[in-house]
Parts: sequence; C-alpha cells; structure tokens
Amino acid sequence: MRVVFLGATKGMGRALARRMAERKDELFLLGRNLQDLEASAADLKIRGGHERVNVGVCDLEDSDRFAPALEAARAAMGDVDAVVITAGLFAVQEKLESDLDLTRRLLTVNFTHTLLFCEHARRMLLARGGGTLCVFSSVAGERGRRPVAIYGASKAGLSRYLEALDHRHRAEGLKVVCVHPGFVRTGMTDGLKPPPFAGEPDEVAHIVLRAIDRGTPLVYAPRMWALVMLVIRWLPRFVMRRVGF
Amino acid sequence: MSTTLNPTGTDRNGAAEPRLCGWGRRYVPGREIRSEDLESLTRDVVLSRGLGRAYGDSALPPPSERVVAGTTLADRLLSFDADHGWLRAEAGLSLLELNRLFLPRGWFTPVSPGTQFVTLGGMVAADVHGKNHHRDRCFGEHVRRLKMRVADGRIVECGQDLLSDLFRATVGGMGLTGHILEVELRMKRIPSPWIWQESLRIHDIDEFIDALKESGPKWPYTVGWIDCLSRGPKMGRGILMCGRWAERPLAPRKPPRLKKRIPIPFELPEWVLSRRSIKLFNELYYWKHQPRFKKGIVHPESFFYPLDMMLHWNRIYGPRGFTQYQCVLPESAGRGAARRFLDLLTRKGGASFLCVIKDCGEEGSGLLSFPRRGMSIALDIAIRDETQRLVDELNEEVIAEGGRIYLAKDSFTRPGHFRSMEPRLEEWLEVRRRWDPEQKFRSAQSVRLFGDRP
Repeated sequence: MRVVFLGATKGMGRALARRMAERKDELFLLGRNLQDLEASAADLKIRGGHERVNVGVCDLEDSDRFAPALEAARAAMGDVDAVVITAGLFAVQEKLESDLDLTRRLLTVNFTHTLLFCEHARRMLLARGGGTLCVFSSVAGERGRRPVAIYGASKAGLSRYLEALDHRHRAEGLKVVCVHPGFVRTGMTDGLKPPPFAGEPDEVAHIVLRAIDRGTPLVYAPRMWALVMLVIRWLPRFVMRRVGF
Repeated sequence: MSTTLNPTGTDRNGAAEPRLCGWGRRYVPGREIRSEDLESLTRDVVLSRGLGRAYGDSALPPPSERVVAGTTLADRLLSFDADHGWLRAEAGLSLLELNRLFLPRGWFTPVSPGTQFVTLGGMVAADVHGKNHHRDRCFGEHVRRLKMRVADGRIVECGQDLLSDLFRATVGGMGLTGHILEVELRMKRIPSPWIWQESLRIHDIDEFIDALKESGPKWPYTVGWIDCLSRGPKMGRGILMCGRWAERPLAPRKPPRLKKRIPIPFELPEWVLSRRSIKLFNELYYWKHQPRFKKGIVHPESFFYPLDMMLHWNRIYGPRGFTQYQCVLPESAGRGAARRFLDLLTRKGGASFLCVIKDCGEEGSGLLSFPRRGMSIALDIAIRDETQRLVDELNEEVIAEGGRIYLAKDSFTRPGHFRSMEPRLEEWLEVRRRWDPEQKFRSAQSVRLFGDRP
C-alpha cells in the first residue's frame, strides 16, 4: 500500500505509521517540521527494514500547501492508495475560553482545514478510481460535554462530514474511515487524568490498520469505547447535566 | 506486534496528590510529564525518568520538586549501520522494543540487565551490567555518543573522545549531570536468536565461587541463583546458569515469539512473604532443578528476563514495598568474602526470595559505575521495621571487604557509608560542579546520599 500520512511523527499517528512500515507499506510523511519528519522517516525505515519512506513539509494551518504537498507525494510514490490524517490541535476548555485566537486556530485546523485537505485528497483518490481516506476524529464530538465544548464541536463537524463523504463516494471506490479514539495516553493528553479504559497508541494503531484494510466507515479504538459511547449517546440530557462531564 | 510501554510507578487514582515511586513501590509526591519532544520537555526539569525500574529513589524528584521528565514517548530509532552495528536512538526507547526489532535480525544489545522494561537513557544513567560482565563489562563501554541537555541549557554531544569528563560522569551518573536525549551504541551480532544453556545444581557457596570463576572464560553469559536461607554446610547452595547464543545448526529455525506475560493483579498482603514461604520457595526452586546438570536450547526471554514473565511482580512484596540490596565484593577481599557476607545475612535473618550472584570483570570507565572485579550479590528484601538496620550492617560488612553498592537499587544507604565505599565520588562531584554548579539536576537519591539542596 502507498500511503500519504499527515501527522505520523507523534502519538497515535506514530504508532500507526510504524505498523504500516513494518508490514512494508510505502509511506510519504507530511508535517510541519522537516527535521522532525526526517527523524520519523529514519525510525520507520529502520523498523520496516526498507527505504520506502519519504517526507514533505505541509502544515495544516496553511491550506495553500495542501494541493502541492499531495501532488509531491503522488509524484514521489507514483500512485497513492490511501491518505491518513492524524494531525490536529487539542487544548483544554479553560485555555480555549481564555484565548479566542487559539480557539479560532483550533477550529480552523481541526475542521475547516482538515476538511479542505480531505477535499484535495478525495479528488486525487477519485481520479485514480478510488482508495482509502482515513481521518482521526474523536469521541469528544458525540455529545456536547462540558470539558470539551469547543474541541468536541470541531470534531463533531468533522465526523459528520466524513460520514457524508463516505455515503457520497463509496460507490465510486472511495472508502472513508472515520476513527473515534477514546482517551489514549499520548503526549497530547499528557497531564489529563486518564479515565477508565484509557488506551495505548499501539492498541489504537492495531485496530485502525484493520479498519483501513477493510474499509470500516466508523471505528472506535480502543474497542471498549464503542460500548462506552453507546451508553453516552443514549444518556438523556438531564442526566448529562447532572453527571457534569 | 509493536509494544507500547507505560512507565510503572505512576499513580493518580486513590491519592489526592499524584505520587511516584521506584520499582520498590515506596511512594513520594510527584508526577511525570511526557512528550515526544525531549528537547522542549527537559528545559526546566530537574531529572529524567525512563520506565521507573530503579528500585529505590534514583528516579524520584527531590523533596522540593514535584515534576520529572518521562522519556518513554521519545522512542525513535535514528540511524543504524548494519555493517558495524552502530545504532542511534532517542533515550526513551525501551529494551523490549529494541529486542523485538533486532533479535530476529541477528543483533542484540551488547549488555542487557535482568529486565527488558528499561529505556536506553536509563541503561546509560545506571550503567547497567548483565550476565556477561566478566567479559564485556558495562553498557557504557559500548556507547559512543550521548546527546544531552546540560545545566546551562545547552544541548551537547559527548563521548569517550569528546567532553569526556561529562561523558564519564554521566555513564553511571544516575541522570545527575543532565538529561540524556539520545544514545549511540554498538549492537552485537549474534548467530541466532536462541540461547544454548547449561545449568548445574551447586552444593555450597565455595563451590559456587569456583564454578563461576571456572565458567567465566568459557561462557559469555553466567549467573547464579542462591538460596540465601540455608545455613551451615548448605549455605550458598543454588543453581549456576551458563549460556551462549546458539549456533545456527543447533537453533530452531523460527525466531522466538514474545512470551505471554502473567500480571500480578493486585498487591499481596504482607503475611504472604513470611520466612516460611520464602524457605519453601527456595527449597522447591533448588530441588526442581533435575537432574543435577541440564543443557539445551532456551528462549532468550527466559534466559535473560525470567521475571519479566510476571507483570507488576513488585506487588508481591505488599503495601510496604521492598528494596534490593546489591553489592560487589572485590577480588582483593578473597574467596571467603561471599561466605562471610552470606553468613552475616543469614544470621541477621535477611530472607530473600531471589538472591543472584554474578562474576564481575574490569571496572567501567563511568566515574560512579557500580561493578568492579569480584563477585556481585543481589537480594530482594521486603521492607520491615528492621530493614534500615539490616542494610546498615550489610553496608558495614561491604565496606570492611572494600566493596560497594549499586545506586540503581538503593534506598537505605547512609551518606557516610556511601562515601567510605566510593573513593571515586570526589572526582565525580568535581566534574558535576563544573557542569552544574548550582545543582540544577538532582533526585531524591542525590539529596539523601550526596547532600544536594532539597
């Protein structure tokens, strides 16, 4: 599989890219910092025991670069079978409330720009007759919850878009995989108190890779979170208000 | 399958304030911050911490600080030279992951401690040794470069030939000279990923010392387990294990699979480890080895890491936790030193589940590196009211023999005792004063042992 990967240097993206490299997938890493990308590429090459990992700079905050970055990836690998996006911004609610510039940045990156990136990727994949687009959203968007009002909203919008995109293009061969990670112990969530069923990045990577291979439209990882969210989705509003989460 | 490791000994549930502990499970207030980016993470932190396998207070913050930098997310391999084995990686890479990736390809760490749940940074900081110390010395001897953040905020590279004072103070320096960010070491080529092991039941301590010394030149890996409860003519009886990497025709064709691990799900109550139960365990372990001499192919994990099969085995020691006492008795103390030590131990009633004896080779170049030519003895001691006194008495015996203790295991040694054991301490402190005059980097252990500012 030839994969364009936005966000492979950290967290769950790092774990997923490692599993891909180890099963000899070809990777093109996109990210903000060239030096960091090159370090990750070296890591993936050594782990995979092959040289088929390349890098290019592409920042989710700079939407003008999306098309050329994807084109560079396609040119480097010859063709692209899958596009994976794990990048995104996170900040706790209190911080977002006190810093509206940060709020604007987070909404732009997580929703508007991720959606625009998907649009470019969609066109590229459809032009070759289909492929897989895998995007990391979050369980945070499934209900309006106090600690993730803003972050959750950005991910809720993204999930709805991905759901529709899958309906719209599945028949043409484009499979959209929307990932809803639960709480995962990464650098992003460091300092937050882990709830029960907190997961590890590699556990998520294992599940997501299977979902990519099968074209599962919506996947929860770790798996326990499918059950947790089933309950939370059905909680009546007055209960959500009482439990305060 | 790739393996994600979480540091052990971090605990938020149940306590109002987050707590941290070493492998011996004695908690202090503290927490770990983690990030993939060690350079920014370590900027204002007093200490780095890997997987938390130091038994005592080596990886715990000093009393006035709460935060340590957890390195485990910084775990990328940066370069590998498959012709000569030079490997460079970020400091948080675990030995478990290194083995998973490199054993099947015919490479192994030059020196391995008794657990895979350690990071490269931790292996340098403790200058770990293994069953091949008599031949290959410590881990630090196989390290060419370290990338470090030092006290003035700079990021520097050091090695035997580059800022060698910093390098020698860092190898075995328990993280007190700066944060280790990257490590470059030389991996060792192996003919197969399986071990050829020969093991022998041994009747007493003198026979043990002779057998270890005799096996040293013939075997790259040797280690002994001793029953340290038996007295009289049976004192120091046990099992000697010798191993080498199996040559291709002898080894199974398939690479070994990662072993299943059994978790100890909760803390056991204190009475489980009574003198009687330990005696029973030791008796069984000794007689289980049938016939007296055995040989054959064994899994590398059961040879190097028998205790890794049990996750959280430190919970066996109950709510008060435990300490490990490890000392080296130098060759100059003569063959009788081990017998004198065991005699004192059994007289004082220091009962240990596991007692390990190893043959040590030349002293390492790390200024505080633990091993030196002689015999190393390690035992686990459940913490009881009299533990401090027991450690004091053992330390006095070790000082009398001219030996010393291993900082990565220690939480009870008194500063005066440590000074008497360690003539090299002054030189190490001198280097540290040059690189960190204000004692920016310190740990609970350095406050206890070296009198650092709290």
